[in-house]
Amino acid sequence: MEANTRSTGRLPAAFLTPGSSSFMDFLSEHQPEMLPGKRQLPPVQGVIEAPHGTTIVAATFPGGVVLAGDRRATMGNVIAQRDIEKVFPADEYSAVGIAGTAGLAVEMVKLFQLELEHFEKVEGTQLSLEGKANRLSTMIRSNLGMAMQGLAVVPLFAGYDVDRDKGRIFSYDVTGGRSEEQGYAATGSGSIFARGAMKKLFRDDLSEEQATTLVVQALYDAADDDSATGGPDVARRIYPIVTVITDEGFRRLTDDETSEIARSVLERRLEQPDGPRAALL
Amino acid sequence: MSTPFYVSPQQAMTDRAEFARKGIARGRSLVVLQYADGIVFIGENPSRALHKFSEIYDRIGFAAAGKYNEYENLRIGGVRYADLRGYTYDRDDVTARGLANVYAQTLGTIFSSAAEKPYEVELVVAEVGETPEGDQIYRLPHDGSIVDEHGSVAVGGNAEQISSYLDQRHQDGMSLAEALKLAVQALSREPNGGEREIPVERLEVAVLDRTRPQARKFKRITGRQLGRLLEDNGAETAAEAEEGEGEGEK
Repeated sequence: MEANTRSTGRLPAAFLTPGSSSFMDFLSEHQPEMLPGKRQLPPVQGVIEAPHGTTIVAATFPGGVVLAGDRRATMGNVIAQRDIEKVFPADEYSAVGIAGTAGLAVEMVKLFQLELEHFEKVEGTQLSLEGKANRLSTMIRSNLGMAMQGLAVVPLFAGYDVDRDKGRIFSYDVTGGRSEEQGYAATGSGSIFARGAMKKLFRDDLSEEQATTLVVQALYDAADDDSATGGPDVARRIYPIVTVITDEGFRRLTDDETSEIARSVLERRLEQPDGPRAALL
Repeated sequence: MSTPFYVSPQQAMTDRAEFARKGIARGRSLVVLQYADGIVFIGENPSRALHKFSEIYDRIGFAAAGKYNEYENLRIGGVRYADLRGYTYDRDDVTARGLANVYAQTLGTIFSSAAEKPYEVELVVAEVGETPEGDQIYRLPHDGSIVDEHGSVAVGGNAEQISSYLDQRHQDGMSLAEALKLAVQALSREPNGGEREIPVERLEVAVLDRTRPQARKFKRITGRQLGRLLEDNGAETAAEAEEGEGEGEK
């Protein structure tokens, strides 16, 4: 019967089986080999060399959240790509930024976006922000095998919670552990420095504009001390990707807007290389 | 044990077709029209949650008349088909023609298989193009045939009468409001020649709008926006005041 239904060009039974609204569930039934987590990896010695994406930062402000990332991908001591994009819209009200193995991360984001869109189309309503965050958790967990071979993917998820009317940030570890961050968060190799910078600069009454400046400052500090994070590249006009999510939805700042922020940050740093100073007491 | 009666294949097929047609005609009609900026779906639907029209993919919409559980299954199958195809290749590689083919094959196989009850559904698959010339509308009757339609199409209920009404009046390049009004006029016609009024809250309207900046062109039109578009239709405006909630639906 199964062979028969396929040969007629008819939709196979799996397509017409009611029940799941998840695209990943459907894939694991119908074509499990297409799921990243179901692939068999041959045993390898040492670490596989592949481009790695680095620093992602996020900060909330009253009325929304900003998520930003630098543009560098590295492979060992080599800069693999100068203009990689690591921050993506997940759907209308959320975005995901990725640190870790670039190839796997981009695939994960593509599947994640599709997972949310698929649910929305099948159910006619969006997943809750928590639901989306949990879905991402599952996807990271299914990558654990790869992570143990050095191909980890660690995203940062930010979104506007329509039910609670505020921006929220979720961070993850390689095992898929999820935790909600208050105020600001960072992931990737430069995250320690970025977090340090935001710790001193963050306030909970920032405007949207100030919040975008904050994340660019944090990325600058990360690039300052971490060789794998790229700073604003004025010569090539490559600036960080900055996205804002509010009740009006996801918006990626244009190149002109980010270049303006990056340039003003850069200008001040010419006088004060370490950036703005916080009060001692 | 009794010997089954002999039924000629012709008779069997006619019976099955008759069965499906009756089932489809039992529901309310819905119409799909081209307008200047895209394709609009209009139908009478007392439910706000159980939709007759839905999004399949970026540029592709779906409309169905007939039995809910059957077309809902086909709709989800279509969403899965489109999403899988887009994931495997690229978003541009998902086409209404491909989807219509799969639906035709599915409906055709079910229709001619003696082991299954024929589906009592009639589908419309529409894809909005970059220009009106690129728009595609396919009508898929219960038996797996496929009809490439232009301008306007009606399915379900007294579809024949409505189609001929629309054929005479539909023009290329109509505005959305004009198309909507024409559709409501067509849907209000009774089979016996009379007319009845369809209150605006019983209308389900969706568009595939090629001018939308997002990749996903499908959008539902509800509440106040719908009321505004139908404004000079007189009686239809009363209900709009309390609505407008659904307007933000993406």
